[in-house]
Parts: sequence; C-alpha cells; structure tokens
Amino acid sequence: MSILSVDDLSITFGGVCAVDGVSFDIADGLVFSIIGPNGAGKTTLFNLISGLYVPQGGRVVLAGEDVSGWAPERLARRGLSRTFQNLQIFFRLTALENVMVGRHRHERTGILTDLLHLPAVERQNRATREQAMEALARIGLQTMADRPAGSLPYGDLKRLEIARALATEPSVLLLDEPAAGCNAVETAELEGVIRGIAKDGVTVVLVEHDMRLVMNVSDRIHVLANGRTLAEGTAAEVRVNPAVIQAYLGAQEVGRAVS
Amino acid sequence: MRALLYSRLMPIAAVAVIAAVVPAYFPSAYYYRVAALVFVFALAGIGLNLLMGFAGQVSLGHAGFIGIGAYAVAVGPTHLGLPTWLSLFAGAALSAIVAFLVGRPILRLKGHYLAIATLGFGILLSIVFTNEANLTGGPDGMSVPRLVLFGWAAHGSETWYWISAASFVIGAALALNLIDSPTGRALRAIHDSEVAARVLGIDVAQKKLMVFVVSAVYASVAGSYLAMFNGHITPEVSGFLRSIELVAMVVLGGMGSIVGSLVGSAVIVVLPQVLSFLHDYEHMVLGLIVMGVMIFLRGGIVPSLTALFAGRRA
Repeated sequence: MSILSVDDLSITFGGVCAVDGVSFDIADGLVFSIIGPNGAGKTTLFNLISGLYVPQGGRVVLAGEDVSGWAPERLARRGLSRTFQNLQIFFRLTALENVMVGRHRHERTGILTDLLHLPAVERQNRATREQAMEALARIGLQTMADRPAGSLPYGDLKRLEIARALATEPSVLLLDEPAAGCNAVETAELEGVIRGIAKDGVTVVLVEHDMRLVMNVSDRIHVLANGRTLAEGTAAEVRVNPAVIQAYLGAQEVGRAVS
Repeated sequence: MRALLYSRLMPIAAVAVIAAVVPAYFPSAYYYRVAALVFVFALAGIGLNLLMGFAGQVSLGHAGFIGIGAYAVAVGPTHLGLPTWLSLFAGAALSAIVAFLVGRPILRLKGHYLAIATLGFGILLSIVFTNEANLTGGPDGMSVPRLVLFGWAAHGSETWYWISAASFVIGAALALNLIDSPTGRALRAIHDSEVAARVLGIDVAQKKLMVFVVSAVYASVAGSYLAMFNGHITPEVSGFLRSIELVAMVVLGGMGSIVGSLVGSAVIVVLPQVLSFLHDYEHMVLGLIVMGVMIFLRGGIVPSLTALFAGRRA
C-alpha cells in the first residue's frame, strides 16, 4: 500500500520545466531517496509535495487522498512534515522550545484559556515539554535543551530540525539534504537517526547528495535529471543503470572542465 | 508548578509592588498624572509588543485603535446613551471586529509592505474621526463624560493612577500568560520562520490575525482610559505621530519584553516633561536620546540591561 504517490507532477518557472511529469509511489515505512545532479528539481519536487508550491499539473496523493495544492499546515495536520536544506530553525527559541512548537498540532488549548493561563494550559505545557524532551533525547540533544537554538553548532541544528519535524508525529517525513555541511562522523550518526525513524514506522523521503548515505539507507531510489525521471530502483539497480551513470559522469566531466 | 508561576509573573509582581509604593514619594498630583499616562501608554505598548516583539509583525497604525477606544467612551454616552464602562467594552469589541476585517487582507503582506498598509489604515481612521464632525466634534474634538461605577465617579489624577496601574498589571499578566502557552510559542515561531511554522501544522495566517485582534483590543482599552482620564479628546489621539510613538516605546523598551513596554512608555512620556525647560530644543534632545539608546542598547533598554547584568554575574 503506498502512503505517498505523485502522479505526472509538473511545475514551470519562467518557461523552464523545473519538475516535468514526475511520477512515483512510495510504499509505507520505506526510506525512499530522490537523487540527481544539481538543478535536477529535487527541492522543487519537495516544495510541491509539502505544499509550498502549487503544482501546475499532476497530483499528490497522501494515504489515498488527493492533497494536490493543499497548504503546508493542512498537510502537516494530515501527517506530512519536512526539514529544509537551508536551516529554518526558530533561532530565538531554545532547542527545547523548537521541538515544543513541533507539538503544536497535538496541543489542545485556545486563545482565551492561554490568556488566562487556566490549569489546562499548565497541563498542556507540561505534557508538551515532556514529549519534546523525549524527542531531544532521541537525537542526543537533551543537554542542549535550554540553550538558545541560535547558539547551537550546525550539525546539532540539522538534527534539531529532524527532531522538531518528528515531534509532529508524521507518517511521512521529507528530509531535504540532512547531511549537507555535516562531517563524516555526523553523517554516520545521521544514518543511524534515519534508520531509527524508519524503524518506528515513519516513511522517510530523502533528498541527499551524499551517495554513501543514500546507498546505505535507501530501500528505493528515484533518480531525477532536468526535472524528469531518469530511473528508479534499489541501490544496486540504480548504481549500474547506464542512464544514471551517464547523467552523473556527464555532470562530473562538466565539473572537471569548469575547474 | 508554583516555581513556574513564580518565574513567569515575577517581573509583573515587582512592577505591582513598585507601583503601590512609589506614590508615597509623589510631591504633587502632577506626578500621579504623568505616572498614570505612563501606565496607559504602556498598556497599548504591551499589545503592540505582542504583535511586533513576539509575532514579528509591524503596525504603524495602532493609534487608530487607540482612537476607536477613545471615541467609543465619548460617543457612546453622548450620542447613544450607553454607560461609560459599557462604551469601553463596546469600543474594545469594535476594535476587535475592525482588526479582524482589516487584518485578513493586510496581514498577508510582509515587512515594509505591511508597515505601509497599517500606516494607511491608521491615517484613514484619523481622517474619519476628523471628518465625522456630527459624531466626533471634528478637529476640535469632544468632551468625555466621567466614568461612573456603582454610583462612584472616577476623577482626579490619583484615582486614575490606581486604575491605570492596576490595568497595566492585569494586561501584562495576560500577555505573559499568552507568551508561555501553545499560542505564544506558535507566535514566536512565526517571528523566526513562517515556512517552518507552517510545515509543523501552524496556521500562520490565523495566528497573525489573532494576535492583531488581541493587540487592537489592548490599544482600544488604553485609548478609552486616555479619553476618560483627560476628559476631552481630539483626532490627534489616533494620529500618525501617536502610532510612531507607540512603535518607539516598544522598540526602545525592548521588543519581546513586557516590562520593556513600561520602560519605553516611561521614556516617551516622561522625557518630554523633564526636557520642557529646553523649550524649542526639547524634541531635538529627545530625538538624540532615543538615537543614543538605540545605538548603545541595541536590543532595547530592558533586554540589553538584563543581558549586561546577567553577563556580569556569570
């Protein structure tokens, strides 16, 4: 049973097809990676799926429901959350508060109860804090809980974003280049984190440039180039696919010629 | 839990104690008057601070809501025969409705565009108060009947000092409650990253609208107090300069600091009185002081000094 599928998804920016008729199905509980050379349309595809862009063609189906063009907050309440390639941390909040905000869709208080700080708010705050603390502990940031997020090192912020998204209790989690800017140790830790998320039954959709990480954690890999699907398969299949090799080698040769 | 309650409302408890003790040292009624004005503007400042300092949305038209509140307690009793206290609530309700209707379209704008839209809104309201002379007395303004509660009439600076100080303490406590709640966390999150807030399931447009309405109610109530206290109002109460003063209070005192709103209000209200001996140069010196504060205490007076003392102690 597929938890997330996109069907013939397309969007153009100024006449350029950033995503051009992409389709795939993601089975529940898998780690599904989307790879491709720079400019292939990976992040655009993420923005379409998470509701930041409205598709000009095609459909996004989440758990059997057509959610094309839904606002991100509505999708989040249906169990789809994401992280960002360039960090979108709440820098003025503490690490713990960042994760607490992730609990928002499960919190049950209104503006009047909040203004009056009725006992329900106190109970809600305590529950949220405990759950957020657990989420921080899972990624090993519990000692940083009360530090302003702005003062945390880069690698920690990357993991904090994941913890924050997990706090929404998503069924599908989109990770946009979680290893970007991380060193080898941090990337290895990240691999464990991703495996852990998948083990808990959350479907992970991963956009990532670190090929070792992708090959190690992915159940299936979807390859994009110039906004179109190039190939899809398991790590072993994709690795030997001539079109994929061509796309990556071609990109490398261009890179060599430039440098 | 007690410890938490203690820490959240502690600053306001301190303000309440100071407000209760300080009048013993007031040499004349004039001091009561100035202090009452400080509390009234601080009340409006808290509202604007919730919007600007916490949710990160600017408003250059908030004096418009002060105007609605002020004219409500003038027009309500004079033309509609409502009791003054009821007019205050009616004004607050009207401000909430206006904020809701205006907020929906303009809060979609960001940064400078939002600033200009709210600026236009404030000017528009001030023109309405000036031109609807039948109702508002036009540019000359109108007198405001005394507040009467259970047969007791509020008058005199001393009475208004206690009313405005108590109202400030209540308003500040409500604001501090809000900040330390799910809604408050969502607002602060929006300030730092709207897109991240959205993918976590926060309805950003709805939260912004809500805090805009709340901040309008604060300004409206402050406006009603101001009108009742002065006994007379003119359209100037809702003018552009008033809006700018409000923003200056919030920024000077410290964005995101509730006590800062009180300090900012004190600076903007008290300094012109203190500097009045300079006659024509009064505003120039006031401007210089404001510039100096912003240069040397960049985060606003209260947050900067708090950080300074925390740093010393550590």
